[in-house]
Amino acid sequence: MIRNIPDSPAEQSSATRRLSMTEALRDALRVAMRADPSVFLLGEDLGVPGGFGGGFTVTLGLSEEFGHERVMDTPISEIAIVGAAIGAAMMGMRPVAEMQYGDFVFCAMDQVVNQAAKMHYMSNGQVKVPLVLRLPVGASGRGAQHGQCTEAYFLHTPGLKVVCPSTPYDAKGLLLAAIRDDNPVVFLEHKLLYGAKGGRKEKTSLDPMGEVPAGDYEVPLGTVAVRRPGSHLTILANMLMTHRTLTAAERLAAEGIEAEVIDVRSLVPLDLETIRASVARTGRVLIVEEDNLSGGWGAEVAARLGETSFDDLDAPITRVAAPDTPLPCAAALESVYVPSVERITDTARRLVQE
Amino acid sequence: MSPDRPLTPQQLLDVYRRMVLIRRYEDHLYLLFLKGQVPGTLHQCQGQEAVAVGVCAVLRADDVIFSTHRPVGHLLAKGASLKGVSAEIWGKAAAGGKGGQMHLAAVEVGAMPSNAIVGANVPIAVGAALAFKLRREDRVAVSFFGDGAANIGALHEGINLAAVKDAPVVFVCENNLYAASTHIAQSLRVTDIADRAAAYGIPGQVVDGMDVLAVHQSALEAVERARSGGGPTLLEYKTYRFKGHSRGDAGNYRSKEEFERWRQRDPVDLFRRRLLDEYQQSERDLEAIERACQADIEEAVAFTVASPEPLAAECFRHVFAD
Repeated sequence: MIRNIPDSPAEQSSATRRLSMTEALRDALRVAMRADPSVFLLGEDLGVPGGFGGGFTVTLGLSEEFGHERVMDTPISEIAIVGAAIGAAMMGMRPVAEMQYGDFVFCAMDQVVNQAAKMHYMSNGQVKVPLVLRLPVGASGRGAQHGQCTEAYFLHTPGLKVVCPSTPYDAKGLLLAAIRDDNPVVFLEHKLLYGAKGGRKEKTSLDPMGEVPAGDYEVPLGTVAVRRPGSHLTILANMLMTHRTLTAAERLAAEGIEAEVIDVRSLVPLDLETIRASVARTGRVLIVEEDNLSGGWGAEVAARLGETSFDDLDAPITRVAAPDTPLPCAAALESVYVPSVERITDTARRLVQE
Repeated sequence: MSPDRPLTPQQLLDVYRRMVLIRRYEDHLYLLFLKGQVPGTLHQCQGQEAVAVGVCAVLRADDVIFSTHRPVGHLLAKGASLKGVSAEIWGKAAAGGKGGQMHLAAVEVGAMPSNAIVGANVPIAVGAALAFKLRREDRVAVSFFGDGAANIGALHEGINLAAVKDAPVVFVCENNLYAASTHIAQSLRVTDIADRAAAYGIPGQVVDGMDVLAVHQSALEAVERARSGGGPTLLEYKTYRFKGHSRGDAGNYRSKEEFERWRQRDPVDLFRRRLLDEYQQSERDLEAIERACQADIEEAVAFTVASPEPLAAECFRHVFAD
């Protein structure tokens, strides 16, 4: 299952290293904090000596370099974490706030939706809220309150940007771009993509290692990445689903079906033009997502394509998503909930045969 | 060092001028509201002027305040312009038209966007204070909230975070006894919200919120404590709002006796009498201040009412910062 996805643009930097997603994210934070004193981190268990560096070791070692003020450990107070990030951002800082698990952001939804997202608008542009909210998401054997993919909630909220990397290269480049963006950015990180190394590795984790430039670079928000060219159908996916879709695409290729796989690494802004161009060539669209079917990000993308690409379509826009149930815990059920390579492959095959 | 610094005669008159400005502005607004000439909603602060003015009088221009759905007093006390406040309330092009009466902001004088979610500004003010602390600036943030915010989670999380980080922030509770129509006794088993300070390990103080000089003195101590690295303080001011919670609320849940009792302690009248009796100010000077405030208000409101509405394109501006 280990897969290395070629990144675009090409890994051009002379000094690159093979990093996991966790290492790439940590690298981004280090680069940003060294370059700009206004960048600081806050969240639970981020920099405790002898601790574990946040929920998934992303901030491990950073308090040693930057101190405990800039790697700020907080009580278990999600409202205060997000609220304090907003207040600091309004004063010109660039906070990066972590929710230990993405599901915990629901504790702080007022601060995200009513405050961070609306402050620039309501104040007629008098204040900016340049913050990043890091959310570890994705099913990983912990059940319904530690694994939901939450992107759709934020997609529905004007004023928030939403990004969701699937490779180490993108993780670093998108995080640097998110930190430097003048808006609140919800930054989703899939737990099964962090990497298979370290004390808190996930049992079922993929280990997408990738070449990551040592220096400073950004992957622009609002871009998608074509991970695999193909002519028979377009498959849109993000995070873990990108990887499963690429595996499915290989199986399909063995049957003579060539899928174009687009990694929707940024949901807001959404590069609909690139997606439309692909659909115009293939005439078929499959959307693969780990969030719940109803009102998921795929529903929005499908609606947009229905409005603008109807004449290009040779078959109904089709979705493979988590069902409309809470995330179950048992492995036997979780594998029913999270779209599998088999489900993606079968659905794609049927779609092409229609 | 005792922070007890008596106000100069000029400062006393400036405090009075600001209290009068707020009272007269709110009364003028109410009059126009009754005539159906004010759009949107209205949450007025008549009766609570001493808290806004007493606290803001000790702040520097680069200190910041975070206000509530009842923001006019705080904004004018911090130095916001009458025209700016009016443009936001009337939804005029000059203000953009996207905020409204509950979302007043005058960032240039340190009045951050006021907040219509009860208690939500508490952790935000803490974050502003943490920014000052991280940058080694000796600035202070103030969070205003009412007694109704005492039982919302954001307040608890925010004050506690400020306490453990020694954030330079002052928490100002305007306890006007009613959260909308609900009396505080129905929501709290303690008499004083300031008692909660002990639970956070920070100083707390109950102060007469109708006495602007008592407000000023207590705020001076709290702000200097925050500015000098001593961490946050929870100040509770006992006060009363003379109007209803919002437009159309006649306040029938309050007894006439209670209302009259508090009316006797009108903070503007109390301070006016002290200026005459204790500080030897002249009736003529006070009347001049009152006339000037009234004229400024009428001029600013007339200007605003006649000013242009926002263009349709304004709806789509400022969703994202460029």
